[in-house]
Amino acid sequence: MEESSIVKYYLRKIIIAGLVILAVLWVITPFVISILYAFASKTDYYSPNILIPLHYTLEHIQKLLDLGATRAIINSVIVAVITIIISFALGLPAGYAFAKFVFRGKDTLKLLIIGLRMFPILVIAVPLVTLYIKLGLNDSLLGVALAHTAMALPFVIIISSSIFAGVPKELEEAAMIFGLDRKGAFFRITMPLALPGLTAAAIFTFIMSWNEVFIASVLTLTNRTLPAFILTSAMAAPDFIKFAAGFIMIFPAMVFVFIARKYLITMWGITLK
Amino acid sequence: MVDVHLKGIVKRFGKTIAVNGIDLDIRDGEFIVLLGPSGCGKTTTLRIIAGLEKPDEGRVLFGDRDVTYLPPRERNVSMVFQSYAIWPHMKVYDNIAFPLKIKKFPKEEIDKRVKWAAELLQISELLDRYPHQLSGGQRQRVAVARAIVVEPDVLLMDEPLSNLDALLRVKMRSELKKLQRRIKVTTIYVTHDQVEAMTMGDRIAVMNKGKIQQVGRPDEIYLKPANVFVAGFVGTPQMNFFDATVEVKDDEIILDASDFKVRLPKDYLPVLQEYNGKTVIVGIRPEHIYPEGHAPTTAKKLSWIEGTVDFVEALGSDTILHLNTGSMILVVKISGSHHYEIGSKVKVALDLSNIHVFDKESQVSLLYKKQREVQSS
Ligand SMILES: Nc1ncnc2c1ncn2[C@@H]1O[C@H](COP(=O)(O)OP(=O)(O)OP(=O)(O)O)[C@@H](O)[C@H]1O
Ligand SMILES: [Mg+2]
Repeated sequence: MEESSIVKYYLRKIIIAGLVILAVLWVITPFVISILYAFASKTDYYSPNILIPLHYTLEHIQKLLDLGATRAIINSVIVAVITIIISFALGLPAGYAFAKFVFRGKDTLKLLIIGLRMFPILVIAVPLVTLYIKLGLNDSLLGVALAHTAMALPFVIIISSSIFAGVPKELEEAAMIFGLDRKGAFFRITMPLALPGLTAAAIFTFIMSWNEVFIASVLTLTNRTLPAFILTSAMAAPDFIKFAAGFIMIFPAMVFVFIARKYLITMWGITLK
Repeated sequence: MVDVHLKGIVKRFGKTIAVNGIDLDIRDGEFIVLLGPSGCGKTTTLRIIAGLEKPDEGRVLFGDRDVTYLPPRERNVSMVFQSYAIWPHMKVYDNIAFPLKIKKFPKEEIDKRVKWAAELLQISELLDRYPHQLSGGQRQRVAVARAIVVEPDVLLMDEPLSNLDALLRVKMRSELKKLQRRIKVTTIYVTHDQVEAMTMGDRIAVMNKGKIQQVGRPDEIYLKPANVFVAGFVGTPQMNFFDATVEVKDDEIILDASDFKVRLPKDYLPVLQEYNGKTVIVGIRPEHIYPEGHAPTTAKKLSWIEGTVDFVEALGSDTILHLNTGSMILVVKISGSHHYEIGSKVKVALDLSNIHVFDKESQVSLLYKKQREVQSS
């Protein structure tokens, strides 16, 4: 009796560990492959006898950077940052209002905002280009950032409203009792408590903008963001260049996530949803 | 230091009426307790005084200043929240210091006050911790400390001791009460613990269903309850209630309960005359019923009845008898430890000078109605 329950306990643990390993492999294999091949020397890459390359080189990366990837990376970062700034500037107040106030039409508005996400971006691409040409925003980074903001905004509003709703209102009220106004209470109490959640939202927004290829390709010609640049220039190149391009795509996003990750898990030992 | 006046306060949340017309005058430096069952509107009343909630009707006055629509920070109040509301991203020290920092106290003064409050509430060794490293009772004491470091005009406390163990609670009660006496701050203290209310309050306002049922000194509330609710809510074990028909005779009044008759002296004539032939609710506290041999010598007007012992609660300091008188159970409290056989017959005396009579319809006390009319005019 005793023994069989112990066996069961360990069996269960082993099965869970196995499943976890499987899941991790599933996610990590493509990363490992593209990183390995991004640095593999030309001969190793083409040699049919070698699965894991033995000689490594920075040549492919260098070639891509020379072709204009440097500029594209900078463009992408600029677009992502502008997207975060605008979508947070507009989205946080809206999210706060949804979280803390009761007003007429609240549910309808929320539904509309989620509804915006259902629009296929294809449908608005052509009208958007015409509009941008009229406004003089075509082929500009601000233009791309505005389009990305439109895509990210519903997400930022909904997520931030649930983050703010997770901060008990008494915490803000206590600050107001002890001498702060609503604005002060927001910045000194709610904001620090919401920060981990908001960081997560910022990472998500960053990655969304970083990865977005369609709108970026349609709206820009000379000021390509990284995905648009890779799509137009690297896809005609040899395979190892494609892997190098893949690596350049992944790498900055990974660095960003690693830096921001520690804010995600816990802050002051509490986890706010 | 200010007197607080609530004038006709009404607060609705959608269809529920949380506060239903409250008038209350709180004196400068008074310690008033709001006592009532869960959901009767105590917290809502406190939040209205704090300015966290705007009443739908009525006014809040601090002195002669109308503060009904002023934001909390312009009222100079301090509050202990029922949910504590201490800030999770600040250490205990910073939580307590926060109100002082906002009010721009010098650093040494802040330090002095925080240490003093921590000492008083026995949380000195916790100052360097974050709230999530504290137990519920410790968090509650941080909330109290934060509320008392500033010198507010009005101190609002919403069940500030509810999460402490019995021993600490008794100690904190007296500490808070002493502190309040010393700094003479007008204090509004919410609790549903009647012992806390009786021991701490200069006056108690008993609330039920969004209304104040009675306001008075603890002894008034206890000895002269204004209605059935107050009589039943305050005191343990609960007051005995039974229906009886009034018969006015030439020189006495008979209360005819189905199991027994109580002969009241003529003193009750003025209040009971108009109830001749009608049914009233009679109330008597368990400690005002004396078994044979336990009647105090001071008790003059007694009415003897007989019952069978149904159940005995031996509490050590007290003995509680449940007496079956035929169709109802009378609860009798005797101080000290005594032995009674279950099923045995016991003669008990009702102390007629501590009997309560209530109108059957309105549930209002017939004895203390007149008195209150005099008071309120
Ligand atoms: N924000 C709110 N929205 C809707 N109803 C509310 C709100 N706040 C309070 N109520 C309702 O108002 C009534 C009074 O609530 P209140 O919190 O004042 O009770 P209380 O006397 O403090 O009770 P307790 O002793 O349980 O704390 C309750 O019926 C409650 O459900
Ligand atoms: Mg309450």
